[in-house]
Amino acid sequence: MAHDNRYVEKDYKVVGSRVKRPDGVDKVTGKARYGADASAPGGLVGRVLRSPHPHAQIVKINTAKAEKLKGVKAVITSADLPDLTNGDQGMAHILENCMARGRALYDGHAVAAVAAIDEQTAAKALKLIDVKYKKLPHVTDVDEAMKPDAPVLHAKMFTRGVDPAPTKASNISARTQMGYGDVDAGFAEADVIVERTYKTEQTHQGYIEPHACLASVNPDGTAELWVTTQGHFTFRNVCSTLLGLDIAKLKVTSSEIGGGFGGKTHVWAEPVALALSRKANRPVKLVMSREEVFRASGPTSSTSIDVKMGAKKDGTITAAVAEMRYQGGAFPGTWAMLGCMTAFACYDIKNNKTIGWDVVVNRPKVAAYRAPSAPMAAFAVESTIDLVAKEIGKSPIDVRLKNVAREGTQAPYGPTYGPIGIENTLEAVKAHPHMRAKLKKNQGRGIACGFWFNIGGQTCVDLNIGADGTVNLSVGTVDVGGARSSMAMIAAEELGISYEDVKTNIGDTASLGHNDTTEGSRGTFSSGMATIFAARDAIQVLKQRAAKMWGIPVEDVEWQDGEAVAIGKMHDNLPALSLKEIAAKAGRTGGPIAGHNEVVADGAGMGFASHICDVEVDPETGRSQIVRYTVVQDAGKAIHPDYVEGQFQGAAAQGIGWALNEEYIYGDDGRLQNPGFLDYRIPVCSDMPFIDTKILEVPNPNHPYGIRGVGETSIVPPLGAVGNAIANATGVRMTHAPMSPPRVLAALDAQDAG
Amino acid sequence: MSNATLVSTVVNGDAVQFACPTDESLMSALRDRVGLTGVKEGCGTGDCGACSVTLDGQLVCSCLVLGVEAEGKEVETVEGLANGDQLHPLQEKFIEHAALQCGICTPGFLVAAKALLKRNPNPNETEIRYALAGNLCRCTGYDKIVRAVQAAAKDMRNKGRR
Repeated sequence: MAHDNRYVEKDYKVVGSRVKRPDGVDKVTGKARYGADASAPGGLVGRVLRSPHPHAQIVKINTAKAEKLKGVKAVITSADLPDLTNGDQGMAHILENCMARGRALYDGHAVAAVAAIDEQTAAKALKLIDVKYKKLPHVTDVDEAMKPDAPVLHAKMFTRGVDPAPTKASNISARTQMGYGDVDAGFAEADVIVERTYKTEQTHQGYIEPHACLASVNPDGTAELWVTTQGHFTFRNVCSTLLGLDIAKLKVTSSEIGGGFGGKTHVWAEPVALALSRKANRPVKLVMSREEVFRASGPTSSTSIDVKMGAKKDGTITAAVAEMRYQGGAFPGTWAMLGCMTAFACYDIKNNKTIGWDVVVNRPKVAAYRAPSAPMAAFAVESTIDLVAKEIGKSPIDVRLKNVAREGTQAPYGPTYGPIGIENTLEAVKAHPHMRAKLKKNQGRGIACGFWFNIGGQTCVDLNIGADGTVNLSVGTVDVGGARSSMAMIAAEELGISYEDVKTNIGDTASLGHNDTTEGSRGTFSSGMATIFAARDAIQVLKQRAAKMWGIPVEDVEWQDGEAVAIGKMHDNLPALSLKEIAAKAGRTGGPIAGHNEVVADGAGMGFASHICDVEVDPETGRSQIVRYTVVQDAGKAIHPDYVEGQFQGAAAQGIGWALNEEYIYGDDGRLQNPGFLDYRIPVCSDMPFIDTKILEVPNPNHPYGIRGVGETSIVPPLGAVGNAIANATGVRMTHAPMSPPRVLAALDAQDAG
Repeated sequence: MSNATLVSTVVNGDAVQFACPTDESLMSALRDRVGLTGVKEGCGTGDCGACSVTLDGQLVCSCLVLGVEAEGKEVETVEGLANGDQLHPLQEKFIEHAALQCGICTPGFLVAAKALLKRNPNPNETEIRYALAGNLCRCTGYDKIVRAVQAAAKDMRNKGRR
C-alpha cells in the first residue's frame, strides 16, 4: 500500500511525553545481554594475532606448533578466507582489513587467529604462531603521506578525481571539489581576508563495549552470528560474501549494543570468528580487548585543513575556500568528500569552494564516527568565522546570522534547502540567558554551529496484534539509546492505544526484511516512518474486521482514538469497537491482524545545531575546564524528549573530549602509544558540567511527524565552540585539536614571548 | 583448566563456590563461572569501571582483583541490587531520568553510586561527580546520571534508607 510521507500537523497524545523505556529494567539489573554475554554449547574462545609493525611484508606464517597444542581446535590465516570478492574493491579491502594478505598495513592488523577450549590455551597458541616479517618504511601523518617521496601503501592506487589521471601511484586515493560562484571575485570584494591552517588529531568513538560476537558455522553451510552491531543485516550481507555463505542461511542477531557511534557499522572480527567456527565446526566467541579496539577497529580521520575567508565590513562573507586533507587509515575512504559537503553548510556564501584529499596511511582503516568528517571541517570554519568577526569588529553571533543558510539557500553540495533550523538555533542562542551570564577571571565564552545531513534508507517493519490487543512491533534498526521507546510511542500514537500496550522487538535477519545499518541518524526517522505506515495498514485491517463484525460496508467505518466507529445515520445503534474487542475476535473474522511496511525512507531532514561554551583556562597548566555548556538543536519533532536531550548531551560530551583531550599518539616506530582508556582519556564525570539543552522543532516536511535525525549533529560544533571560548579566555587562537594542556600552555608561552 | 583453585565466597548473599585459575580476574570468574554477566568488561585495565563490584563493602574494579582473592569474602554485583521484585531506588531513578542510553556502563555506575550513597547519603553535585569519575560513560555526557543519583539520594533519605 502506498503511503504519504508528507508532514501533517496534529495534536499528539503519546509522542512528546517522557515514558519509561521498555528495556530499562533489563539494563539496570544486569539481565540485558550484550555482545560478550552469550555462550553456546561446546563454545570455543577465539583470539587474534596482530602485527606489531606498521608496514611489513609477511614472508611466512608457521602455525604448526600452535595447531599441535592440546586444546587448540582451529588456527586460521588469510588462506582460510579465500578471496571471493569477485572484483568488488571495497569488499576486497574489507577482507584484507579483517585478515592481512601477504602484508601488514598497520600496527594491530590481524595476521592469524586461533580457536581453543579456553582463554589460557588460546593465548598460549598465539605465542606459538611464528610470523616472519620484512619491515617496510611506514607513514602515519596525513601531510607526510601526501609527499612525493612518502612510502606508498598501495602500488596500484592512482588518485581519482584528477585530470589528467596520474600515472604514478600515491597515497592520495581521491580528490573532491565542490562549491559554486567565483571565489576570486568574492575575495576581490572583501574588506578583510583571513587565512589559517588547522590540524585535528585522530579520535576513537570510544564505545564502552568492545567488539564481540559468537559465531557458529555448520558443515552444511547454515550459520548463526550473535554480534554487537549497528547493522545486523549489513553484517549478514558482508559476512555472507566474504565467507561464501547463502544470505538466507546466515542468521544474524544483534545483541544489546554497548555504544557504537558509527564504529559498529563495519565488520572486523566477525568474518574471522565465522572462519574459525567453520574450521573447528564448533561455536566460537571472539571478544576484542580494549587495546585491540584502539589499535584495530575504526577510529575517525586525523586532518589538516586550510581555510581562507573574505568578508565585507558589514559582515557579509563574500568568499570562502577550504582545502582539506583527511587520513583514512590503510584503505581508501570518502571522508574528505564528507568534509567538503559539510564545511560551509550552515551558511549562505555566494562564492564557496572546497577541495578534499582522501589519503591512506599506516593506521587502522577509518570508520564512521558520529557525523563523520564534519567536526574537523567545522573546527576550521567556525574558528575562522570568529577571526573574521574580530577583524571587522562584529559579534561572532551577528556575523553568523548575517550569513546564515535559510530555506531556498543552495547547499554547497548542490541541493536547495527546504525548511531548516539553523537560523532558529542561532536566534535561540542569542536570546539564551547563558549568553548574558557573567564570566570570571580566566574564563571565556565561545559559540559555534554545526550541520549534519541525516539519511533514510531501506527499512522494514512488522506490527502484529495479539489476541488481547497488545502489539508486537518488530523493527530492524537497533536500539542504541532508547529507540524501542520511540518506536512504541509512534505505534501507540497511530493506533490510538496506550504506550504500555506496545512492545518493540529488534528483529533478527531471519525474521524481517532487509534494514540498512542504523547510521546517519536514521533510526527514528526511518523506522518511525515505517512504523507509522505499518500501523496505518493494520488500521485498514482492523476496520475491515469491524465492518465484518457489524455486517456493514468497510466504507462506513472510521478509526478514531483506538476504536472502530460506524459512520452514518443507519449505524447510530452500533457502539464503537475497541482494538481489543476486534483483536479478541480475529480468529473468527479472518485470522491474525497485522501491518507491515517495506520502504526506502526518502526525505531525511537536515540537522542543525548551535552551541554555547564557557571555558576556564588555567594559565599555569594550560588545562581547560568547561564551566557551562548549552546545546540548541532542531529535532524536527522530539518523539521522546529525554532521549533527544540525551543525544544532544552525549554528542556534545564527545565533541568536548575531542576538543580538549582525546588523540591517537603514534611513535616514530609507527606504533600506537596510547591504546587504553588511561592514556586515551575520554571525559569523565568530574570533567563535565550539566549540559543545558534546548530542543527546537522545525518540522521536516518529508516525514508524517516532521522527524529529523538527532543523533549526530551536536558532535559538530564543540571543537569550534571550545576553541572560540579558549581564544576569548586567553587571547590565544588554537589551531590544533585537541587543545590539550601542553598545546595550550605552549601557545600561552609563545604569546608571552611574542 | 590448569592451576585451578577452588574459591568459596558469598555472592549477592548466596554461598557460591567456583574453581578458577590463579591468574584469572574476579571479573572473568564472576562472568564466566558464576554466570553474572551484568559485570561488564570495558577495558580490563581498571580504567572504565564497567566491572565495578563491592568486595566486603569496598568498591573495586573486579578486573583488577583476582578471582582467588574473593576467598572468604562477600561480593556484591548489580544482580544483587534489587530486593526481590523491588528495584533499588537507584535503579528506579536511572530508568525514570533516562540516565542510560546503551546501558553497558549502567551496572558499574549503579554499584559505584550505591557505594557512594552508603558512605555519604547527601552528596553534593561535585561529590557525586568525583565519586563516579572512575566510571566511564560515552553516551550521556553524565548529565542525567548525576541527576538520577541526586534523585535517588533524596528518595533514600526521605525513606530513611541506606
